[in-house]
Amino acid sequence: MTAAALAVTEAADGHTVLALSGRLDADTIPEVWRQALQVVRGSGGKSVVVDAAGIDYCDGAGIALLVDLLRQPRQTPIAVENLKPAFADLLRQFDPQVLAHDQDPEQPRRPAIEELGHNAAIMLRDMRTQVEFLGHSTSALFSAIRHPSTIRWRDVGVVCERAGADALPIVALISFLLGLILAFQSAIPMRKFGAEIFVADLIGLAMVRELGALMTAILLAGRSGAAFAAEIGTMRVNQEIDALTTMGLDPVRFLVTTRVIAAVLMTPLLTLFAVLVGLLGGALTMRSFGIPFITFLHEVESIVTFQDFMAGWVKSFVFALLIAGIGCLRGLQTGAGASAVGDAATRAVVSGLVLIVIVDGVFAVLYFILNI
Amino acid sequence: MEPADTIIRVQDLTAGYDGKAILEHVSFDVHRGEVFVILGGSGCGKSTLLKHMIGLYPPISGQVLIDGADIVTADGDARDAILRRFGVTYQSGALFGSMTLLENVRLPLEAFTQLDLEQMDLLARMKLDLVGLVQFTGHLPAEISGGMQKRAAIARAMALDPRILFLDEPSAGLDPITSAELDALILRLAGSLGVTFVIVTHELASIYAIADRVIMLDKRVKGIIADGDPRRLRDESTDPYVRQFFNREAELAA
Repeated sequence: MTAAALAVTEAADGHTVLALSGRLDADTIPEVWRQALQVVRGSGGKSVVVDAAGIDYCDGAGIALLVDLLRQPRQTPIAVENLKPAFADLLRQFDPQVLAHDQDPEQPRRPAIEELGHNAAIMLRDMRTQVEFLGHSTSALFSAIRHPSTIRWRDVGVVCERAGADALPIVALISFLLGLILAFQSAIPMRKFGAEIFVADLIGLAMVRELGALMTAILLAGRSGAAFAAEIGTMRVNQEIDALTTMGLDPVRFLVTTRVIAAVLMTPLLTLFAVLVGLLGGALTMRSFGIPFITFLHEVESIVTFQDFMAGWVKSFVFALLIAGIGCLRGLQTGAGASAVGDAATRAVVSGLVLIVIVDGVFAVLYFILNI
Repeated sequence: MEPADTIIRVQDLTAGYDGKAILEHVSFDVHRGEVFVILGGSGCGKSTLLKHMIGLYPPISGQVLIDGADIVTADGDARDAILRRFGVTYQSGALFGSMTLLENVRLPLEAFTQLDLEQMDLLARMKLDLVGLVQFTGHLPAEISGGMQKRAAIARAMALDPRILFLDEPSAGLDPITSAELDALILRLAGSLGVTFVIVTHELASIYAIADRVIMLDKRVKGIIADGDPRRLRDESTDPYVRQFFNREAELAA
């Protein structure tokens, strides 16, 4: 078979003849298609006949070429002649006039002011949902605490392992490096004043009061918060949440309570671990500045009080509630479509981080007012 | 060498996952223009066979030849050339959720042809017109029904005018009317375009309506226990499982 070809001739009676020949498929026709369209568009009011006698083979792309010529808006319609019956059957399946216009055009975008209002309404609805969810999950949590036998402890154990034990390496790495870098960056300028020893005070207070809880919470928001949202989101997409509801099982009690309990059990422990590893990182750096471990520890012990420790540790419980709660909420809010679970996980991380920072700020103000 | 009308040859295929065989020493030919149905009970290896036929998984042993070419050993342009000969639709439709129907159907054209965007759009709309969805070109898959998604998936699979269409459970989860419409579409495409269909299903009503030939798989023998016209198998097979399969389901369907 020959490649697609186009020959244009002017007939004696003035009409234009487009003779198509060869094999018309998606590989062979792009150039022929452009040329034919150009001829048809440039022919003005003259009648045009497409002579298809030379077409050896014509698949869907070839038929599309013919349909494209036939759908062109003209005073005198184009005629296709001598098309082999098998190809003519294919061409007859399409109405060029139906295909002349987009049957499902894109909807125009909303005006900017309407878009603003729409998004504001969505935000308000989201806030309302969060408040409702807070009430619902608090009620479920208290109910579970009153009746501990109703808690699915096996699930709690599994979540504890994933969110707690499995997170140890990353928490250790980040906390160690945090202590190491913090000590190193502060020791260099402080050495100029012969005050390296006070780096231990800085590391001790920063890790115990602030960074231990904050860094652990940020890591868990990225790790466990996203995982909770993705797990529950996948269950939503697979209609498992619907199945729970129709079985009379409250999804919040069944799924959220176990995760919140596991997070509340694990996050404070991970925070303790992070503080210890962070101090170790700081102590190692200070060792290289000539300050022995024991001196570093005595200095930390002298500056960090039990009140400081509790100030940091209490935050870790609140962060745990936030991370688990927002992760589960975003999972339950998962929509439809392939990107829905990914969107839920992203929203869980972003919302979790924003809330952690806001709540940490609130704690800072509160501790200042209470002189803690 | 296979006969001239053979488009797919499955030759002594042992197929499975992680070295564990689900099908052993399976051989059959699919002929050009045929509506060929693979059926069998749950877990018998229907979808496994289909996935090996389209080259998603390499066989443990044996080979699958599409128009004489082995997709598993082919690479680069040779593999692309084989892939262009067939289209596949999956159980869920597998449409890309972030793209409109038009964009879904246009995607293979963008990847494999040199056509202009306007030309590709027309071709994609024609494919959607063929499956009765020309009025939904701007819709996302999530905005249309399951039956429409399956039809859109067929339109996408047909974008490059393949000679073979593999359909995995096309009628699953569809109501009888939509299922019958899909059967009519398959027959129309087979008749007018000469497309060869390889369909995995156990919907007996569909099988009787569209199948030229059926092979039945059985997990006890890890292979084919029946091959032929579905009505003849129902009426004449001496295998009790085949008779039970056809007659019990036929009774239930009735």
